Amino acid sequence: MIFDFFTKLTGSEISASIISALLPLFLFVLPFALIAVLLERKVSAHIQDRLGPMRVGYHGILQTLADILKLIQKEDIIADSNDKPLFNIAPVLVFAGSYAVFAAIPFTSSYIGSNINLGLFYIIGISGIVVIGILMAGWASNNKYTLLGAMRSAAQLISYEIPTLMIVVTILMITGTLNLNELTEMQSGFFWNWMIFGGQATGIAKILLIPFMIVGFVVIYISTLAEVNRTPFDISEAESELVSGYHTEYSGMKFAIFFLAEYANMFAVSAIVVVLFFGGYLSPIGYLGNTLGLPWLIPVEQLLWFTFKGVAFVLVQMWLRWTLPRLRVDQLMAICWKYLIPIAFVNLLIVGLITLI
Amino acid sequence: MLTEFGKIFVFILVAIFFVTVSVFVAKLLRPSRPTYEKQLTYECGEDTIGSPWVQFNIRFYVVALIFLIFDVEIVLLIPWAYVYKTFGIGGYLVGAIFLILLGLGMAYEWRKGDLEWSRPPLPKLKVNKKKLFQIEKSE
Repeated sequence: MIFDFFTKLTGSEISASIISALLPLFLFVLPFALIAVLLERKVSAHIQDRLGPMRVGYHGILQTLADILKLIQKEDIIADSNDKPLFNIAPVLVFAGSYAVFAAIPFTSSYIGSNINLGLFYIIGISGIVVIGILMAGWASNNKYTLLGAMRSAAQLISYEIPTLMIVVTILMITGTLNLNELTEMQSGFFWNWMIFGGQATGIAKILLIPFMIVGFVVIYISTLAEVNRTPFDISEAESELVSGYHTEYSGMKFAIFFLAEYANMFAVSAIVVVLFFGGYLSPIGYLGNTLGLPWLIPVEQLLWFTFKGVAFVLVQMWLRWTLPRLRVDQLMAICWKYLIPIAFVNLLIVGLITLI
Repeated sequence: MLTEFGKIFVFILVAIFFVTVSVFVAKLLRPSRPTYEKQLTYECGEDTIGSPWVQFNIRFYVVALIFLIFDVEIVLLIPWAYVYKTFGIGGYLVGAIFLILLGLGMAYEWRKGDLEWSRPPLPKLKVNKKKLFQIEKSE
């Protein structure tokens, strides 16, 4: 474990925990956001038969760095009518809420920020802070667009939390653990041991579980898509009607923080889906480190697999963004309350019966 | 000795510290030349009319209420999902009855139209006017 290594290195647990809390931020979230912003622009450009950013560096690969330099130099405009203390706290809350999710995500078998046994429950609880931050930003801006965006966003976030929670309970019924590390280890072996293929269940139960697991995956993927306010669920920041939703009034570095939090969230929800259904950091086909007899290679491979699976789902999010039109607010609520929740509900009851076999 | 929740606390502190430092560094670098126009509320160039801090659509409140009910009930289900297998079919039935009650409540809300975004008008009460008239007469 990396935590033990740092404890030995620095001689105190406090400094070791600080280092291990800084690791995902500087080695994962920031580089991921850098690449994902560029990737999003390139993917969207090529889907629409454009070229996207081309000027800064080869094919625009340094575009995001240039954007960050620009955002750091931008004046921070605070309108007179804003509620200044709340206006300044809101980006902190939004980022803290999204970054705290990374504490319970196992990146490899040797690194997890905090190995709590209530991992999934904690993730869903802590992401509630983001709702408070968003409402705070919208309210403190004292602007009609931001308030509308924040209200819609909050309603959407809390509604889609229920199908997510129901699928989490379904997984809990099969595996009996909420600890993400244990959950991943339960799916070890080859890819047919992943939860989407029925996990470690044997015989008839495994075959019966597969269709319900696929339904569960679709439900949780749609609802996590809504929880990060991505298209087709982006009514909270619908550009054509609300400018840019709850962060309309923010400029400069505070805007950059909101943006970073959004991309961190995109990866976090993909990571949760990966851990729940696609074996987390596990390799589907075995490890090169085992074949070559190099045990230190296995965690590196696991990190690569985890990143690969997570980024694959982020790419699907981007693909959906440029494929589906935006939903109306009543359609959005109808999908959640009239389709996803009843489906997740029936799914939960049937999976409960199957696990008794 | 640092517990697992202590590590989470460090994570949150790191996030807060990161945001504070990056905003502070930007503050040292950026210009600050406020003018009257810059400090107006941004509403696409139009003059702002009134405050947005007014009464809001009641639908959001109803959504929050329904969410609260479901959230509490699912939190109650989590301990059940941990242990129901040790009680076999009986343990499953206890949870299933609870869930079906929740489902009935949801069906009621659906029937009442509380899940629609624009709520349909309440059905008119069927009052037998003749009878009402007779009651009034007899009094």
